[in-house]
Amino acid sequence: MSVTPVHPHQHQADDCSRVLTHLNDYIDHQLAPELCEELEAHLAKCDNCRVVFDTLNKTLYLVNQLREDPADLPEDVEYRLFAVMKLDQFISGNE
Amino acid sequence: MTGIEIDLDIYPDEASLLEALKRGDPEACACMIKQYAPRVYAIAMRMVNSKEEAEEVLQETFISACKNINKFEGRSALGTWLHRIATNATLMHLRKRKNREVSLDAPIEMQDGYAVHREIEDWAFSPDDHAMNSEMRDMLETAIADLPETLRTVFVLREIEGYSTAETARILDISVSAAKVRLHRARLRLRQSLAPYFTQPV
Repeated sequence: MSVTPVHPHQHQADDCSRVLTHLNDYIDHQLAPELCEELEAHLAKCDNCRVVFDTLNKTLYLVNQLREDPADLPEDVEYRLFAVMKLDQFISGNE
Repeated sequence: MTGIEIDLDIYPDEASLLEALKRGDPEACACMIKQYAPRVYAIAMRMVNSKEEAEEVLQETFISACKNINKFEGRSALGTWLHRIATNATLMHLRKRKNREVSLDAPIEMQDGYAVHREIEDWAFSPDDHAMNSEMRDMLETAIADLPETLRTVFVLREIEGYSTAETARILDISVSAAKVRLHRARLRLRQSLAPYFTQPV
C-alpha cells in the first residue's frame, strides 16, 4: 500500500483556512478571546498566514490614508457645480 | 487649495455657517461646497466608478442639501449629513443602472472567499517609513475601482466612509452577515491586487 507524500504545509491547511475565516473579526477586534488566542498561536508558527495578516494590515493602513486625504476636486467639475448652484458670481471673481 | 477661491474664514464655526445657509446666503453655499465637495466627489467616484455619474451625484447632493437645509437639525455634523445625502444619491444611481452584471442585493457565496494564494514574501513597505505618494494613491484607487460592485460598495462605505458594519448593512439593505462576508472578501482581494506592487523577493 503506497503512502501519499505529505506536503509540509498540509497538516496546517485546515488551521490556515480557519484563521483566514476569522481574520476580519480579529482585525476589527470583534473576535472572542479564546479564538484570538488560537489565531495568535497559529500566526506565531505559520509564516504564510502571518504575511497575509501583516500585508492585510498594511493594505488597510493605505486605505485609511485615502480617507484622511481626499483628492482635489477637478477644476472643471467644480466650475460646473458652482454654475449649477447659481453661484456664478464666485466663478467670475476667479477668472 | 486649487480651483475657485473662497474665503472659508467668513464663518468662524459650523453653527454660523449653518445659520447663513438657512438664510440662503450665497457665500455660505459657496463655503459649504468648497469645504465638502472634494469628499462628496471622492465618495461618488469610488462608488459609481464613472466620472460623469460621480459629477451628477455631486450636483444632486448639493442641490438636495440646499433644498433641505431647513430640515437639517444639526444632530450630526454638516459633513456627516452631506455624506449621507451623497451616499443615498450614489445608491440611487447604482440601482438605476441598466444591464448591471450583479444586483446590489445578490447573495454572495460564503465558501470561496477565503482562498488566499500561498505567499511567503512580505511587502517591502512599512507604514513607519512611507507616506503615501501619488503612484501609490493611483494604484490603490485603481485596485478599489476594480473590485466588483457588490464588494466595492461595502468596502467604500465601511473602510473609507467610516460607517460601522451594521450601518453599512442598513444603507445597502443587506444583512450584517452579508456585509461582513463582502467586507472580508473585498479586503483580501485588495490585498491580493496590491501584492505585486509591494512584494519583493526575500
